[in-house]
Amino acid sequence: MSEQLIVPTMAEMMAEGKQPEILFWVGSAGSYDDRAKKITKAFVKILNKANVNFAVLGTEESNTGDVAKRAGNEFLFQMQAVMNIEVLNAYEIKRIVTCDPHSFNCIKNEYPSLGGNYDVIHHTQYIKELMSSGRLSLEGNTYKGKRITFHDPCYLGRGNGVYEAPRDVLKKTNATLVEMKRHKGTALCCGAGGAQMFKDAEPGNKEINVLRTEDAIETQPEIIATGCPYCNTMMTDGVKFKEKETAIKVLDIAELIADA
Amino acid sequence: MEYLPNIIFAVILILGIGYFTRNVKKLIRNIKLGHKVDASDNTSQRWKNMAYIALGQSKMVKRPVSGFLHVIVYVGFIIINIEVLEIIIDGLFGTHRIGQQVLPESLYGFLIGSFEILAVLVLVAVTVFWLRRNVIKIKRFLSSEMKGWPKSDGNIILYFEVVLMCLFLIMNATDMVFQEANSGNIISQFIAPWFEGLSEGTLTIIERSAWWLHIVGILAFLNYLYFSKHLHILLAFPNVYFGKVEPKGKFNNLEAVTAEVKLMMDPDADPYAAPPESAEDEVPAKFGASDVMDLTQIQLLNAYSCTECGRCTSECPANLTGKKLSPRKIMMDTRDRLEEVGKNIDANNGEFKDDGKQLLGDYITNEELWACTTCNACVEACPVSIDPLSIIVEMRRYLVMEQSAAPMELNNMMTNIENNGAPWPYNQMDRLNWKDE
Repeated sequence: MSEQLIVPTMAEMMAEGKQPEILFWVGSAGSYDDRAKKITKAFVKILNKANVNFAVLGTEESNTGDVAKRAGNEFLFQMQAVMNIEVLNAYEIKRIVTCDPHSFNCIKNEYPSLGGNYDVIHHTQYIKELMSSGRLSLEGNTYKGKRITFHDPCYLGRGNGVYEAPRDVLKKTNATLVEMKRHKGTALCCGAGGAQMFKDAEPGNKEINVLRTEDAIETQPEIIATGCPYCNTMMTDGVKFKEKETAIKVLDIAELIADA
Repeated sequence: MEYLPNIIFAVILILGIGYFTRNVKKLIRNIKLGHKVDASDNTSQRWKNMAYIALGQSKMVKRPVSGFLHVIVYVGFIIINIEVLEIIIDGLFGTHRIGQQVLPESLYGFLIGSFEILAVLVLVAVTVFWLRRNVIKIKRFLSSEMKGWPKSDGNIILYFEVVLMCLFLIMNATDMVFQEANSGNIISQFIAPWFEGLSEGTLTIIERSAWWLHIVGILAFLNYLYFSKHLHILLAFPNVYFGKVEPKGKFNNLEAVTAEVKLMMDPDADPYAAPPESAEDEVPAKFGASDVMDLTQIQLLNAYSCTECGRCTSECPANLTGKKLSPRKIMMDTRDRLEEVGKNIDANNGEFKDDGKQLLGDYITNEELWACTTCNACVEACPVSIDPLSIIVEMRRYLVMEQSAAPMELNNMMTNIENNGAPWPYNQMDRLNWKDE
């Protein structure tokens, strides 16, 4: 990205005696995974463009513990949660936005009983909010008439009932939104959840991400839109497996909007 | 001797209801083997769920064909059973069609007429159900866990319903008084001609036989429930009431773990302190579940409420891609093991004797548990709010925290989180590097 991203940390804000309106929880994938880092940067680009007074924890952020919890390691999860909550509470964080539905679900639903109470929203919800309050507007017509299909992340959709925000944002691009046969409540998982991202699948006759990619290909899309870094990886791999990577792009909604 | 039929009827009724009550008590005892959970929250939402999901069948109709047919059988079954009230009064007091005598003719005719129409609709629906299970061979009825008893069970229920509906119609068709009144015999008037030419005596015998078989059949069916997947007709209601009211993505936080974590993080805690005296008798908490007694009462109620429709399994991404995991099997295994434990308790004077078996390993394998993506598709699909995912997670917890038996790759991932706060081996100090890349 040519332009310089402005990414203030909480420590810097604190030193200047300032409080951000929202904390951007980057998450482990968004911090380290090469593909997910592009999503992180695209979202920051949007935040900068909308002049959002935000901050990140930077090196003070640690893994939410979500994936450990899904794997069954409640102990590790709660250790991570308690450490993160200590940091978040010390900075008096009220509102959190994240590009990762797993972090979103975990902080929103599983941190409160451990002492972490925040208003947590997913980046697609925040982008929608920025658009409807007029802070963010789309000038270009990059996606006009393009066929886009949205893959619902489990922990955003079924997990927390957020189905409309990502679709509302996509509609703003004037793209043609096409739905897969399995969508919203019946959307098929990309195959990465429940710690599957970090291990090989059990013996079977197909990879889940390939099956999901076939769902998407049926809609003949030019773009598969995602709202989760793990879904993005799985769908990208699926499209490659189907040798469709020249015809179909897999992009996070943040990337779509940043370039719109 | 003239009261003999009344006495026989009363005895059959008492035996039928008595044996059923005995089994219901057993069912409640078995469910209580699980941990207690507080479900006193969200009362209004819970009643609302019961009204919409259980009574209103809102999730059944998401699959229009089976959903619509199910609504017919469900409505038919509930409404036709009003007739049982009349049968019981007649049986106990020796009256004949008490309703016909005490109700206005048009009302009685309307009621019985509706029952007759519903009986035919039920027969049609049940026939289609049988065809779906045995001829069309719909995939979700063919899974490996549906072989043997579960398959027969499904068919037996359908046969029961066919027999009961036919007996009801024959009973009406051969009832000379009812046919003469010519009100409400909307269907049975077309069946009556089949019996033309028979003597009055023979007709009465057929009518009486159908009447007796009908009520005995209903009592038999009632008692069959406990041994069948068909318990859902009763348990769906409490099960939906106690179903999850929080976001599906939210997993419970283990309190036993919270206590330990708090102690570890407390800078004032003395690691060498002797445990408080009250703690000495306490059994150390077991993390997760390896057997049915480690599950919650709601999870055990879930197992009894499952009617093995397989909608969960047909939406499960792991199952759809050929993995061994089937959420329906998780529920069936839980019930089978719970029944086994219940029988063990019965055989050992109310005390469970270790039988060297458990739910984990003897019923559910690690391979099934590790194939789950925790995507909640099964939970969403269940028409009666069963949560197979919560059982899977509870068993993973046991595998990881009690047995350290996670797959190697997951152990690596967790070690990374412990060491550097990320699932990959990257330095925590590099967390913000993306900013300048």
